[in-house]
Amino acid sequence: MASLIHCPHCGIRPRQEFSIRGDASVTRPAPEASDEAWHDYVHLRSNPRGRHQEHWHHVAGCRRWLVVERDTFTHDVFSVTDGAAVAREGGR
Amino acid sequence: MAWAEAAFAQVAARADAARQHDGENGTGMRYSALSIVRNALSGNLNWKRAWRQPEPKPFYDVIIVGGGGHGLATAYYLAKEFGLKNIAVLEKGYLGSGNVGRNTTIVRSNYMLPANEPFYEFSMKLWEGLEQDLNYNAMLSQRGVINLYHNDSQRDAYIRRGNAMWMEGVAAELLDRAALKKMLPFLNFDHARFPILGGLLQKRGGTARHDAVAWGYARAADRLGVDLIQNCEVTGIRRENGLVTGVETSKGFIGCGRLGLAAAGNTSRVGQMADLKLPIESHVLQAFVTEGLKPAINHVITYGAGHFYISQSDKGGLVFGGEIDGYNSYAQRGNLATVEHVMEEGVSMIPGLSRVRVLRSWGGVMDMSMDGSPIISHTPIANLYLNCGWCYGGFKATPASGWCFAHLIAKDETHPVARFLRLDRFQRGYAIDERGAGPQPNLH
Repeated sequence: MASLIHCPHCGIRPRQEFSIRGDASVTRPAPEASDEAWHDYVHLRSNPRGRHQEHWHHVAGCRRWLVVERDTFTHDVFSVTDGAAVAREGGR
Repeated sequence: MAWAEAAFAQVAARADAARQHDGENGTGMRYSALSIVRNALSGNLNWKRAWRQPEPKPFYDVIIVGGGGHGLATAYYLAKEFGLKNIAVLEKGYLGSGNVGRNTTIVRSNYMLPANEPFYEFSMKLWEGLEQDLNYNAMLSQRGVINLYHNDSQRDAYIRRGNAMWMEGVAAELLDRAALKKMLPFLNFDHARFPILGGLLQKRGGTARHDAVAWGYARAADRLGVDLIQNCEVTGIRRENGLVTGVETSKGFIGCGRLGLAAAGNTSRVGQMADLKLPIESHVLQAFVTEGLKPAINHVITYGAGHFYISQSDKGGLVFGGEIDGYNSYAQRGNLATVEHVMEEGVSMIPGLSRVRVLRSWGGVMDMSMDGSPIISHTPIANLYLNCGWCYGGFKATPASGWCFAHLIAKDETHPVARFLRLDRFQRGYAIDERGAGPQPNLH
């Protein structure tokens, strides 16, 4: 795991400033969606060995939610994007 | 607990049978004081290999994926307790190269929830007869496990946990500050923020030599005719008409009647080969050992003000660890931020630790489940069985996990103590969440 993360708002910051929520590839279903869809969202994970998108919170910095794409085996970080921008791109 | 006593009596009775057995299938040779003397007199040149190195047969009745503690224990109990004959364990590296050789060797049964505690107590009972059963010195040391508390609410929580243990027939003892000061004078009792007020003790808890557990199960399984196939990575699971027919491996296709997965941190990858999406995330957990010291810490001690646990190995090194790094990882190495955090916790609990040098640190890949409790279960595929979700507490469960998984595979029926550890509990709303952290694997 990289010890330094490039926050799009604050620049290069130490990893300790961030809190990791987890998998950003899952999307919250509509409130009236089926139990099956909610089970899938809350519990099931693809858990890849390789590229993985995660929600990171820059708690001790800009306090923005970020989407970090990185490799879960080599720990290479490919991109760090503001969460709102990613959501807009996805039409959410 | 009548079934547990019955099972335990069985173990004791069958240890005698194993003594007669002397391995017509395997490499023979029972270990005994006499065998040490005899081999010493012949220059120790005639020790036989502990297990064979077989080539895979085209078909096995049962294949277990994963040659760690759980996989090896499963194969052993399948052969010994459930009478199956044609069994193989496939391991992508060498036996015991994963988490069974990477943990902090703690064994205990001090869980709170009724879904967990009988299972772990079954394991504890099996630990207590394991060395006789396997004819292998696993160096089980029941030195006692102490969980410290630092405030009134934490004390109440431990009283509750202790009572929950007693209700399952497991002894627990609440220690006050004075008793603790006598037992563990080196603790930081007057910490300004986290003074130590007492602890919960399980006397039967302790440590076992982790590698010896893997080797002991491997050797005992081999003697019962189980094929242990190393350097054999599973790359695919072949299915026909909704049933598993075998596995593709780096040593070619191997057919099987039933398939059991005990792949720990790689569970999701193996599950994906059968199109299973599982409630598992893989995380890295680090552990540490210091230079060898004279006997200083006589128990397993866990900190209540942080996630930290420590014991002293028989070689003298202090073995300790903290919590997982907190991000998905398949790498068997961790982050320096976590190293620093664990060291801070250790020094905060035992100030003297600041004078000790750390020799080594390492990481293991944990199969973190969504509620922090394990899964021993059927799957949607009728002849595919799943053993995973051990988070960072799998070592202590090795014997019971193997026994219950073998029971499930052999009889197609869940063992009574593992009846809550089903895969479908998440969907049905029966999560087993000891910490109350919710479906967030990096918080368990």
